Amino acid sequence: MNNFDYSRASDVSDAIRLLTADPGAKLIAGGTNLIDLMKENVERPSRLIDITRLPLRDIEETAGGGLRIGALVPNSDLAYHPLVEQRYPLLASAILAGASAQLRNMASVGGNLMQRTRCAYFYDTTTPCNKRSPGTGCSAIDGLNRNHAILGTSQSCIATNPSDMSVALAALGALVHIAGPSGQRTLALTDFHRLPDDKPHLDTNLGSGEIITAIELPAHGFARNFSYLKIRDRLSYAFALVSVAAALELEGNAISEARLALGGVAHKPWRSLEAEAALRGKAATPDHFGHAADLLLQGATARSHNGFKIELARRAIVRTLMQAANATPQSQAHKKIA
Amino acid sequence: MKAYVGTATSRVDGRAKVTGAAKYAGEFSAKGLAHGFVVEAAIPRGRIVRIDTHEALKVAGVLEVLTHVNRPPLADTDDAWKDEVAPEKGSTFRPVYDDRIKFNGQPIALVVAEDWETAKFAATRLYVEYEEEAFATDLESERDRATEVEQPHKPRGDAAAAMTRAAVRHEADYVLPNEHHNPMELFATTVVWDVGGKLAVHDKTQGVQNVHKFLCSVFGKKPDDIRVISPYVGGAFGSALRPQYQVVLATLAALALKRSVRVVLTRQQMYGLGYRPMTIERVALGAKPDGTLDVVTHEAVAVTSRYEDFSRNDTGWAEQLYKSPNSRSSHKLVHLDVSTPSDMRAPGAASGVCALECAMDELAIALKLDPIELRLKCYSDRDQSDDVPYTSKQLRECYARGAEAFGWSRRDPAPRSMRDGKELIGWGMATGVWEALQMPVAVRIVLTANGHAEISCAASDVGTGTYTIVAQVAADALGLPIENISVRLADSTLPQAPVEGGSWMAASSAHAVLGAAEEIRRELAGLAKAIPGSPLAELDAADVALADGMVASRTRKGAAVSIADVMRHSNLERIEKEKLNEFAEDKSHARNTHSAVFAEVKVDEELGVIRVTRVVSAIAAGRILNTKTGRSQIMGGVVWGIGMALHEETVMDHRFGRIMNPNFAEYHIPVNADVHDIDVIFVDEPDERINKLGIKGIGEIGIVGVPAAIANAVYHATGKRIRRFPITLDKLLE
Ligand SMILES: Cc1cc2nc3c(=O)[nH]c(=O)nc-3n(C[C@H](O)[C@H](O)[C@H](O)COP(=O)(O)OP(=O)(O)OC[C@H]3O[C@@H](n4cnc5c(N)ncnc54)[C@H](O)[C@@H]3O)c2cc1C
Ligand code: SF4
Repeated sequence: MNNFDYSRASDVSDAIRLLTADPGAKLIAGGTNLIDLMKENVERPSRLIDITRLPLRDIEETAGGGLRIGALVPNSDLAYHPLVEQRYPLLASAILAGASAQLRNMASVGGNLMQRTRCAYFYDTTTPCNKRSPGTGCSAIDGLNRNHAILGTSQSCIATNPSDMSVALAALGALVHIAGPSGQRTLALTDFHRLPDDKPHLDTNLGSGEIITAIELPAHGFARNFSYLKIRDRLSYAFALVSVAAALELEGNAISEARLALGGVAHKPWRSLEAEAALRGKAATPDHFGHAADLLLQGATARSHNGFKIELARRAIVRTLMQAANATPQSQAHKKIA
Repeated sequence: MKAYVGTATSRVDGRAKVTGAAKYAGEFSAKGLAHGFVVEAAIPRGRIVRIDTHEALKVAGVLEVLTHVNRPPLADTDDAWKDEVAPEKGSTFRPVYDDRIKFNGQPIALVVAEDWETAKFAATRLYVEYEEEAFATDLESERDRATEVEQPHKPRGDAAAAMTRAAVRHEADYVLPNEHHNPMELFATTVVWDVGGKLAVHDKTQGVQNVHKFLCSVFGKKPDDIRVISPYVGGAFGSALRPQYQVVLATLAALALKRSVRVVLTRQQMYGLGYRPMTIERVALGAKPDGTLDVVTHEAVAVTSRYEDFSRNDTGWAEQLYKSPNSRSSHKLVHLDVSTPSDMRAPGAASGVCALECAMDELAIALKLDPIELRLKCYSDRDQSDDVPYTSKQLRECYARGAEAFGWSRRDPAPRSMRDGKELIGWGMATGVWEALQMPVAVRIVLTANGHAEISCAASDVGTGTYTIVAQVAADALGLPIENISVRLADSTLPQAPVEGGSWMAASSAHAVLGAAEEIRRELAGLAKAIPGSPLAELDAADVALADGMVASRTRKGAAVSIADVMRHSNLERIEKEKLNEFAEDKSHARNTHSAVFAEVKVDEELGVIRVTRVVSAIAAGRILNTKTGRSQIMGGVVWGIGMALHEETVMDHRFGRIMNPNFAEYHIPVNADVHDIDVIFVDEPDERINKLGIKGIGEIGIVGVPAAIANAVYHATGKRIRRFPITLDKLLE
């Protein structure tokens, strides 16, 4: 770990000012990802800007019937918030599928969106990695890539985004509120994370000096027919090999609206409007779900060790959609798959 | 008074542990304590051309950077570096000794600073120039370079001929990966430097006297100059049998700086220590049409380092356990640019028996026999290798009791035949076997006039419960309540003990306690008889026992004198006896523990997700000293077995010769959600021959057989035989 300066931001504009003044500075919220990376010398911030005292801890209803969630709301508080449990159970479920109770207590919403990949080479400073040290090469492409992406990869990087929460947020059509030196702006969550292309060192479209202030959920929460299914190498406390967030609006057995997002397969939560459109107006059957899965997985390519993810994802998508359609969402407490 | 031995006595050190009163190696402190941080090599093989320490030394608070260039003297012969557990062949790794790099993650410098954070920061300011050399770290691609090591097992009959004529044959490779121990407590040493230059070394170790001898030898010190203490160990599982490099580095720094120094390894750095070596286990079985075994061969090819030949008994179990007229086994090593493997819970057996018991399952299927029936067909009451009977062997009873508790008779043998909704159900079983060893251990008992006894011994308690069983045995033998017994362990100045390993400490320490207690009894009996008017005066000393705080007649009820009175009359404050245990050398019988393990898995048919929903482990291991700590031992073994079957794997990138998952996030072990019902059955196994108390030891047996039982259950559930561990879901989807 390197030495660093420490400042405590008094308000959002103070945080932005501190960020802009020191290009090597980093915000710190729960610290559950940043401190780990600092201990490994992957992140070497010159300054830590502590934002934990900023007034970004509220969960409020919006005029449009949605929910606005402050960037510092702890993951656990969000998952167990009554409004979230009732209206956005998909989000609650995805959060509870992630990490451990202790980590979720510390982790913030903003930090969760910003958490970095778990690619082993990214963590090991002795190995080449374009994301960590641009231009050094990607060790994973011809190396240990069992956990790596099958969609939206580039020749520069095949890393995945590890967040569970983001997958549900992508499916729900959440917005990310951002404040920065030139004011405030809003991005759709699906536009917040990037694909790696030739700049894998950039995980997101957050600009320099910018800070996430909140996320916003639209009114429609798909509270009846939803499920979050996470497939991993042990039954809890492991990152996703593949995860699926599915949400349906059903009229009888006919699908009027569908949302589908994948985690663990790409540099960002993976959604396909085409796949969702294909479900609209169709009956909730395994065949239709399989077709949607094929559309969502279009263009999936395997590397030496992650080929299994394509078929696994396909099956997991169908299964999750069935869980959603049957209103038997996957429990995150009981590990038997519904 | 009720006996303590055999009961569910709670851990006598439990309170100290949960309240934090129990201190671990990295928690001892001293005035002026300095902190060392280890810098590791980033290449697997080559030479250090230069270590630039200038920047690091400029960091405020840094005291010294020790490297091979400026270190104080260290012994320069292989003999001097050999510890009690070192492999016979080879030369122990010497940290910061010279410019050679032997494995990735090798310690090459120690930054010492006023505090740990400073040392850690300064470590990033060290610049190392290497001369890299070609290296190899992949067992599978180097398999052809394997060389055979000598093993005690003799071939039986003509294995090759028997294999050719076998009616039913099964032969396959089973591949087990490198695995790391990952004890909860980090490896740590705090060396307290005394003005006279004497060192008190608080070390995480399974053997204080092993470390003591090693340090004296490596640093050319007299026995009185160094004392090694390790009262509590937060898990070790074999990883702390040998002195690890942090104890050398901490001692080196203390001597160089003439200050107290603490070195704590990080979790990541612990992956540069020992590990269970990857092995390719080739098992071939040949049977007659009636299902009796005619031949078994077992060949293991295992990883070792280039500087030491580490090997254990992977391949001798089949030919010992099962009746088979023909057998052959061999163990081969591939020397790679990695650190030397080490013992890890049931070393050899955990891997070898896993392969054997999977192979037995495959043979049973080929023979259309129930897996238990096959094992009963080749059941033997004699050790097949040495052709001697066992001191006791209730394995048959383990099969029966385990099967009964599990409900084995309701099993439909056809794969994929049992299901629960979307999950396929699989039931598998396997045999476990381990040795029952006993080693020389001495114990000192000091009985004081107030009826208290202190038992002391250099043995470690690595979390297994040694404190507790020593107290139980002593309380029974001295006729005192357990509250009146205090136990001191793991100080090199205490009576002799070997490292705590191999499941030998329970039997060994218990009988040392018995020996010393017997001397106390004899002395008290003599003294009691001599008291004027003693009710015991007429008795033979042999007829006098210690019970309920009294010296009492065994035969005449009521004839007794309290221990306190005896000592008062004899004007004694204390009686002190030290005794080395004695076990008669006896090659006429084999000594083993056995188990039958039954596992139920539920596998999601589409997604391959595996849940181990039930395990029954029936254990035959002589007398169980403490049913509570004993049960915990076996449960721990079962949980670890689940990890071996489904999770654990140290992943290396052979292009870099580096371990890529050196942390708890990526090196998976079972979490609570992975562990369901575990039923431990201790089968009654009286053993009057093995030792006085009939103790065998249960430290390792709990894990043996578990991975195979699970793998066999996965096959039964899915019809897929996975021979490359761990069984991850991608292998089921292939
Ligand atoms: C062992 C382990 C297992 C885990 N398993 C999972 C899992 O299964 N699923 C999962 O989803 N996650 C998992 N996590 C990750 C965990 O969810 C994240 O570490 C956590 O969400 C990060 O939040 P934080 O507040 O602690 O972020 P920090 O560590 O404080 O920050 C992370 C990053 O976000 C930036 N940041 C923080 N807040 C803001 C803001 N408001 N605006 C802009 N940038 C900001 C920081 O500058 C930093 O770069 C795991 C973590 C660990 C250590
Ligand atoms: S996949 Fe991305 S993060 Fe991983 S090594 Fe390649 S560039 Fe680095």
